[in-house]
Amino acid sequence: METLQLALVHALPEVILAIGVIAMVLVGAFRGKPDDGPMSEIAVVLLGAALVAIVLKTPGVSGVVFDNAFVDDRFGDFMKALALIGSIVTLLMAGDFFRGEGINKFEFPILVVLATLGMMMLISANGLIALYLGLELMSLALYVTAALSRDDARASEAGLKYFVLGALSSGMLLYGASLLYGFSGNVSFAGIAAAIGDHPNVGVIFGLVFLFTGLAFKMSVVPFHMWTPDVYEGAPTPVTAFFASAPKMAAVAIATRVIYTAFPGATHQWQQIVIFMSIASMALGAFAAIKQDNIKRLMAYSSIGHMGFALVGLAAGTEEGVKGVLFYMAIYLVMTLGAFAAILSMRVNGKPVEKISDLSGLDNTNRPMALFIALLMVSLSGVPPLAGFFAKWYVFLAAVQANLFTLAVIGVLCSAVAAFYYWRIIKVMYFDDAAPAFDKPSLTLRAVLAVSAVSMLLYWVYPAPLVQAADSAAKSLF
Amino acid sequence: MVIGLEHYLIVAAIVFTLGVAGIILNRKNVIIILMSIELILLSVNINLVAFSAKLHDLTGQVFALFILTVAAAEAAIGLAILVTYFRNRRSIAVEDINMMKG
Repeated sequence: METLQLALVHALPEVILAIGVIAMVLVGAFRGKPDDGPMSEIAVVLLGAALVAIVLKTPGVSGVVFDNAFVDDRFGDFMKALALIGSIVTLLMAGDFFRGEGINKFEFPILVVLATLGMMMLISANGLIALYLGLELMSLALYVTAALSRDDARASEAGLKYFVLGALSSGMLLYGASLLYGFSGNVSFAGIAAAIGDHPNVGVIFGLVFLFTGLAFKMSVVPFHMWTPDVYEGAPTPVTAFFASAPKMAAVAIATRVIYTAFPGATHQWQQIVIFMSIASMALGAFAAIKQDNIKRLMAYSSIGHMGFALVGLAAGTEEGVKGVLFYMAIYLVMTLGAFAAILSMRVNGKPVEKISDLSGLDNTNRPMALFIALLMVSLSGVPPLAGFFAKWYVFLAAVQANLFTLAVIGVLCSAVAAFYYWRIIKVMYFDDAAPAFDKPSLTLRAVLAVSAVSMLLYWVYPAPLVQAADSAAKSLF
Repeated sequence: MVIGLEHYLIVAAIVFTLGVAGIILNRKNVIIILMSIELILLSVNINLVAFSAKLHDLTGQVFALFILTVAAAEAAIGLAILVTYFRNRRSIAVEDINMMKG
């Protein structure tokens, strides 16, 4: 039995966010104004404080607290830092868009902080109850943000679809959790692993399948991806940027943790599921995106495909594989945030536009922006020496080392097909007749776009910090 | 007849299937979907409480209480989203939720 003090030290980032968000709700309610005022800045400071608490934590200190419900380790730190970066950058980019649309309500920053708190609890979950509560805290906040623009029919339809399918997936996850509890007699991941040993019975396998169904919904991998394109298209663009970045980190993190801490004895069973989902997601992401003309929808299929690539590393079932997944998610986060900074910059006469044809001839009207978008697209398609290539390299390498040759070959082929639609955007920008010029984007958007594109280009110059961080994070899981 | 664990599990499985079928097959009304979601969550609770009694372990019942609480929050948010949807579209028929496709 640990002391409360120790538990609170291990959960310091979560404690900061939890207390902070309650204070934000009070400030929002007592200000008596519907606009966001200083709330975004307060939220960024809070999330930044949590990020600092994680980065400055004494390395190597890890522990399981709150009666086996919460684990604090390097793996969690790595993914939490990514999720926090996603949330912070989203909030920084969101302000101007919401002010332009007249929906700059103070609830949005609060919901983002709540969702981030849920993600961090999810990443650190060490048992089924903690997993469920973290997942719901994240999801309930996300449902509301999808429908935030409440006078927009498309946004409320997106919110409704997201809610119904999200609730269905939570229900499936819970059913799986109840079976796992019943057939292993335990809710903590380590307890489940000990109970099932090397020979999982039918009840445990059923539970495993249902649990994975629920997690697959949150990661938006095929065949549970149906909500993704509609929600990405309908939700306000900053919200879409948020959906594509931070929650993905949390979902992939918890899927990885569940696989390696609760089901090391059922490798044969979960590996089949992960390989199938991975191949299906990569293929759908590559082929379905080709006919899209809305760039947000295209990014939805792109993110489905990228989740498929990340699952290649997970399917390997080795420490190298986990390292590849962590590495992939970090690079994916930076590329996605950059791509959404570009999409948020697409405004003509104060109105947001989101067709791919609106990018036509961007090279003539805004040369730096065209160059940065081109860099991001090349990186997303995975061409060396850009960072997107190294991300794919690590996951495919892990798959080959685990003798999953078919999976790796299919992955490389899908990545070649996917390159077509990324490169089409470059062709549209450089060789088509100019469309109306975009308004000058805000400084934040330009900075995010430039930083993410340049870091993709120059990643190979100094890769050591990210590689080491992913390495030590992956080690802590084994 | 002695009612054992397996009877509870069968009831829960039937209720769960009804809930999932209600979401997938229903083309009429979104409210029915919300009711189906509640069915799914309640079937999980039956499972958990039955397992908890069988295993002589309280964790399952604690889990069930957490699920009840979260289900209430989930229903509240679902209804709120449904109200904004109805205000925009003047309909809550499932077949009308089709603005975005492809």
